[in-house]
Parts: sequence; structure tokens; C-alpha cells
Amino acid sequence: MVSPGLSRRSVLQLAGAAALPLSTGMLGGPAQAAPAGTLTIAYNVNLPSFDPTVGLSAVNPTIQSIYQTIFDPYIAQAADLSFKPGLLTKWGWNADRTKITLELRKGATWHDGSPVTPEDVVWSLQRAADPKGGNPIQFVWSKVGNYKIDGNTITGDVIEFEPTLFKWMAFLTGYILPKAYFEKVGAEGFEKAPIGSGPYKVDAFERNAFLRLKAHPGYWGPKPAFDTVVFKFVTDPTSRVAELESGGSDVTFEIPYEEFDRLKAKPGLVGQTKPVSDIAMIFITDIAPMLDRNVRLAANHAIDKKAIVDRLLKGYGVPISTLEAPGYAAFDPSIKVSYDPELAKSLLAKSGFSPEKPVKFTIQTTRGFKPKDYEMIQAIVGMWRKVGIEATIEVYEIAQHFELRARHALAPAAFYNWGNAIGDPSTSTGFAMFGPSPHCAWKGKDLVERIGPLWGEKDEAKRIAGYKAVDKYIAEEGEVIPLFQYVQPIIHKKGLKIVPQANGMILPQLITQA
Amino acid sequence: MRWGEIIRRLVLIPPTLFGVAVIVFVLLRIVPGDPIAMMIPPGASPADIDRLRAFYGLDQPLLQQFITWFGQALSGNFGRSISLHQRVFELVLARLPATLELALLATLIAVALGLAAALIGIQLRGRRAEWAVDGGIGVLLAIPDFLWALILLLLFGVLIPLLPISGRIDPEIDVSFHSNFYLIESLVTGRFDVAMALLHHMILPALALALPFAALVARILKTSLAEAEDQDYAQIARARGFSRPEILLREVLPNALIPAVALGGVQVTLLLGGTVLVERIFSYEGIGNMAIDAVINRDFPLIQGLILTFATLFIALNLAVDLLVTLLDPRLRHG
Repeated sequence: MVSPGLSRRSVLQLAGAAALPLSTGMLGGPAQAAPAGTLTIAYNVNLPSFDPTVGLSAVNPTIQSIYQTIFDPYIAQAADLSFKPGLLTKWGWNADRTKITLELRKGATWHDGSPVTPEDVVWSLQRAADPKGGNPIQFVWSKVGNYKIDGNTITGDVIEFEPTLFKWMAFLTGYILPKAYFEKVGAEGFEKAPIGSGPYKVDAFERNAFLRLKAHPGYWGPKPAFDTVVFKFVTDPTSRVAELESGGSDVTFEIPYEEFDRLKAKPGLVGQTKPVSDIAMIFITDIAPMLDRNVRLAANHAIDKKAIVDRLLKGYGVPISTLEAPGYAAFDPSIKVSYDPELAKSLLAKSGFSPEKPVKFTIQTTRGFKPKDYEMIQAIVGMWRKVGIEATIEVYEIAQHFELRARHALAPAAFYNWGNAIGDPSTSTGFAMFGPSPHCAWKGKDLVERIGPLWGEKDEAKRIAGYKAVDKYIAEEGEVIPLFQYVQPIIHKKGLKIVPQANGMILPQLITQA
Repeated sequence: MRWGEIIRRLVLIPPTLFGVAVIVFVLLRIVPGDPIAMMIPPGASPADIDRLRAFYGLDQPLLQQFITWFGQALSGNFGRSISLHQRVFELVLARLPATLELALLATLIAVALGLAAALIGIQLRGRRAEWAVDGGIGVLLAIPDFLWALILLLLFGVLIPLLPISGRIDPEIDVSFHSNFYLIESLVTGRFDVAMALLHHMILPALALALPFAALVARILKTSLAEAEDQDYAQIARARGFSRPEILLREVLPNALIPAVALGGVQVTLLLGGTVLVERIFSYEGIGNMAIDAVINRDFPLIQGLILTFATLFIALNLAVDLLVTLLDPRLRHG
């Protein structure tokens, strides 16, 4: 062979030359640290739309943190799910629940400097109630109308009593938008240049990459600790972990619990956890073999929820016995569904089933949608097998789950997570277990009759007591399998102070320097 | 490829795209997952669900939906995104340049690395060191782009934090652009500091896409070079006293390039497909990243628009590659 013109030494020299720019930082050095006064959050979902009242994103609880940073809800929510004055300083029903009264805060301004007016409030409520407006929660907002303004006070006539109306004013689509500005720029113009009255205003937006916000100087509430906030949209959990480890972000959350434990042990990082208003559960559909009460109850009693939380979730979870988690308005700690495999066996025996002659059905689950979801169902199927239940696992996407649930076509058992940021029983037990609801898998008349009267119940104490009784009945009948309340892991740099919110929101206006 | 063949290929483009449109439209509506089911609030009645379905035009018969959508698409209106509330055409136009710039950079890196590896490998032909080159190519080829993305992210983002690992540009930088081709525009307008900032963000995702591609280019090119080097014309050149590097670069490489370009062109389309996961991992704002959200949200109009965009790109790329091969290979030019 002809002697090659390239020696080993020259190859190494070339490689060294190529590596030089990297090693000397000619390519810009490490990930740029945020300038002082900037808080960078590695956020787990993208922001699809700026309008918090229309479409898919309006009913996505995960995006609400961003919305509540830019826009004000009618009513604010405290860290423990209780409600407190926001843009509305007072709200309430009249004695016979035929009218509502709202009082708007004085002195609040939009991001363009114009004042927030009662007309903005009325326009926002009317727009939300418009059947052609595309608001997914229109069915709530349409229950009040005929608004009248007197100074900063607004009154409205109750068309149909909705006990949770004011709770919705703190949650999905419950935002006040600027009437004059929106009408001037239109829906598309608003998407391109949105303004709100929240603590931060939009400064720059690169879709699927980042949202940069600047503190709103005219904000009515406490001045935020950071002048600039950057939400980096980092949807991949591994990338979010890397963001924090590389110093590219100051805060992140929703990361695997193993990674959380590893990161919080590192110097310079702090880990916080808090149970949030999101639970893991297994829907039971009222089809064979779940029409057999013994099978349902056995499926409940055979699951060791504590073992699942301890071993799969590293202890980050709170086992529950009803769809009401601790902190919810109708949580009743006296309702207990015990882990009792022997009881499960005896119940199955009454229906002629045993480990040798198991009852068979399918359980559907997501895989990777929630932490350890598939592994959890694998563990449950193992526990069931020991008592005489042979379940076949079928993996589905979350979009499939929604469609199957709406068509009442879920398998006999189907894993899901249910969020309830306002902690009301109607938005957990109510919608999940009331037959006519499109989100209900158990369509039995027994629950329709028990839950039905509670929708319009005007006596709040009676309503909550009613839901507690329904929860007790459901537990005794085994018509759903509540598993545990999720715990949210938050990792942040040392030097920051974050007050975790029970509704799971990461609000930059509540993050301060320690 | 003769003119007749070129015209035939061009004429086939509209029916091909129509076929893609029909398949995508029908498939989306057959596979489980309904965008309306995903936005049904708790407590919605059947009437509420019907109202939402009508709002998004999904209450019409399938054929009517297709006729409406395709009729509008012919005039450039691909509908409005269900999740993003904006016109699909505008959304795709705004994001496509980011993906094209990334793919272009990845291709340049892949070609440069592949060419260098092939030339080094052929220079070391028959020696033990050739095994190292072949082994390196094998490793690069065995690891898929998304895995490279994770490796590079952990290596240069966390272990040796040299480069940013998310986004297309630093959120702290205040800069405005006239087009969505940020990198090209900043280079053309002489804003090299901005171009460098953009490159910092693009290097890792581009490398992740480029490494398997580079390995393929290297392997094909090295094989072609070896075959061409054994041909008579190369032997004659050697007998006439030309040095080996001269023979390789002047005589052997032009002939060896033809199969590499042909297969490399196909690989560029695969590289574009690879942007979906790689953009996601690096939170890069291209159409790949957007496509994942569109699928998760069952955003039918956006998915349809994005797939038609990908299909158009694939067709255009394949045509361009065929033309390039024709230009490189006189046998094809003259029949």
C-alpha cells in the first residue's frame, strides 16, 4: 500500500484542534446563568395558548400556573386550597340564592396601564357563558346572567343554582380578561400580544422553548421578588433534571422520585415535597364481572396501597380510601378501606372464585403518563393474583382513555389520575361517580339517586355531609378503587424560598429569595 | 434523470400529496383518541359535548369534513389548530425554519464528519488502525439519534456543562428577527454574536442528529472509495506517479460520491424524522417538537398540516437528491 499521507500523530493533532474551541469555551462556555433578578423555571408542559378561557389548554390544570402569573382569577386561592380575595374582594349569594354580588378591587390595572373595570368582569363572565364562545366550562358560567353594575359592585341573577360557582372562579377558565383590549385586537391579536392584570406581563414568547415575563409595575398585590421570570418549556423529565444540574434553571418539578432523592442530596440544591390535589385511582365500569359486589370489594381489599407508595413511589404518596384526599372539603378520615387479602379471598369464594379458579378481567393503564403508573398496575395485578383475580393489562394513551370514558367503553378496571384543585366533592366524587357525567364509569342508579340531589343543594353543610355519606356508600360497595394522593416533588437552588401550593401550582410571584 | 423523468416526477407530486392527505385524514379519525373527549369538562352534558364538537367542525360527516378541509387547504388554509388557536399554515411557517436550520446544520456536520472518517479510514486501509475507524463508525451507527441526544445532554449539559441544553436562543437575549430563519438571517446581516448564541443552542441537537448520519455516510463512502480505488483508472493514475491523496481526491472521490449522495439523500429524510424526538429532548422550537404536542392533544388540523409539510419536504428532498445524482453521474445524464 502507498504510505498514507495521514499519520496517527496528525490525526490526534486534528482531533485536538477540533476539540479546542469546546475546551477553551470559544463556543460560549457553559449554559449561561440567568442574570440577577431573574427566576428561571424548567416547566413540564408547553403553553399552547394565551387565552385561559377557551380550548384544550383552558382545562389543563398543569398550565394554570402560567395563566395565574399573567392573569388574575376572579378569586384567589391560598396554599391550603382555601379561597381569598383576588381581583374580587367580596363575593356571595343573597339569602335565597337567587342573586350573586361581586365587588371588584379598586386600583387594579391591566398590563397596558388601563384600569380594570367592572365592565371587564361582566364582559368576561358573559363571554364565558356564551354557548358559541368555546369555553369548556360554559355550563357553569351560563348559570348566572343579567348582570348590573353599581360602582365597583356587580350583581347577577341566578338562572340555575350552582353551589360551586365561586370555587370555579378560582380555577379553570375563571379569569378576568380586558374587554376593550380584546375587542380591539381580536382573538388572534390577543394570542400574539396578550395582556392581563396579573403580577407578570408577557415580554417574549418562543413557542415550545420559553416564555419571558417582566414584573407588572401596576400590580395590585405584593411586588414580586424577581423582576424577570423565564418559564423554559422542558417537557422531558431527564432534560428538566439536566436543566437544574447544569444551572440553566433555578426551579423544576414533576421529576422521577429517584432523581428527586438524588438531587436534593446535592449541595446547592433543595428538595421540597407536598401532597397535592391529584389522586391515583382505578375506575370500575359497571359491566361483568364488576357487577358482582364481592369481586369489586375483593379488588379493593387485595391492594396494599402503602406498599405501593413505599416501594414504587419511594414513600411520596398518601394512601386514600375515597376520592376525597386530605384537605378536600368532604374528606372524612373515618372512612377506611383496609388492606385485607384474606377478606378479599373470602369475598371471592362467596362468588365461586379462588386463586385456582380466578375471576378474569382487563385493566387498562397509561404507561409513563404518571410516575410508575404501569409498574403500579403490574404490582396490583400481582396482589390480585394471590387472592383469585387474574387481570390482563392493556396499555392505552391518555387520549384513548378520555374517548373510552366519554363513550362508557372503558375496561372493567381502568387506571387514571383525578385532579381537583378546588377540593370540592362535586368535582371529585360528583363528576367521577355520577352516571350522567361523561367522566363517570359507574353508571349505576344507586349513585345517580344519591348524588343527584346534591348538585343543587343550597345548604353547604348539608351538601358536604351528603357527599361524605356518598363516599362511605361507595367504599362499602367498592364502586371505585381510590389508590393514593400524589406528592409533588420540587427541586430548587439554595437561596430560594418556595411555598408549595396544595393545588400543585408553581407560582413565581410566591417564590422569594431566602 | 432526463427532462421527461423530471416532469413525470413533478406531475406525480399533487396526487401523492392528495393520497397522503386522504390517508392522514382517515387514519386520524379511525385511531382512538378524540380531541373533544380530551376537553370535556366535568359535568358537561351531552348537549355541551355536541356544542364543543360543532364549535370545532367535528360534527359533520367525515366526507364533508374532508371536502371542507381539503378545499380550504388548496387555497393555503389548513384550518385552525384546536390546541394553539392559530392558523395551522402560519404556525407551520413560523416553526419550519427552525427545523430546516437544524437539519441543515446536522447535515453539514454529518457530511464533514462522514467524509473525514471515510478518508481517514481509506488512508488507513489494510492497517490495524482501520479497525478502530470501522469500530468507531459501527458505534456511531448503532446508537440512535434520540439516545445520542440524551448522551450529549448529560455529557455536555451536566457533566461538563459547556453548552446550553434547551431552546433555540437564550431567553435573556433581546433580539428581533425579520424572518424565522434566525441563524441564516443573523449570518447574512452580520450579527455574528447572535449567530454564535444560536449555534450554541443548535450544536448538541445537531450533533445528536448528525452522528448516526455521519456514520452512514462514512461507511458507504469508505466502501465506495475502496471499490473505486481498485478500478483501472486509479491504478493507471498511480502508475503515472500521482500520490495517493491526489488520486483519492481527484479521481476516486468524485466517482465514490455518487452512491453516498444517493443514500445520504434518503438519510436526510430520516434525519428530518429524527428531529421529532431530538427537538423534544432539547426543547428546540421546531415542527418536530410541535408535532408531539399535536399528537398528544389530538389536534387534527395541526397534525394534518404537519404531516403534509413533512411529506412535501420528503418529496422535494428525494427529487433534489435524484437531480444531484444525475448531475454527478454522466451515465444517468446521457442515458
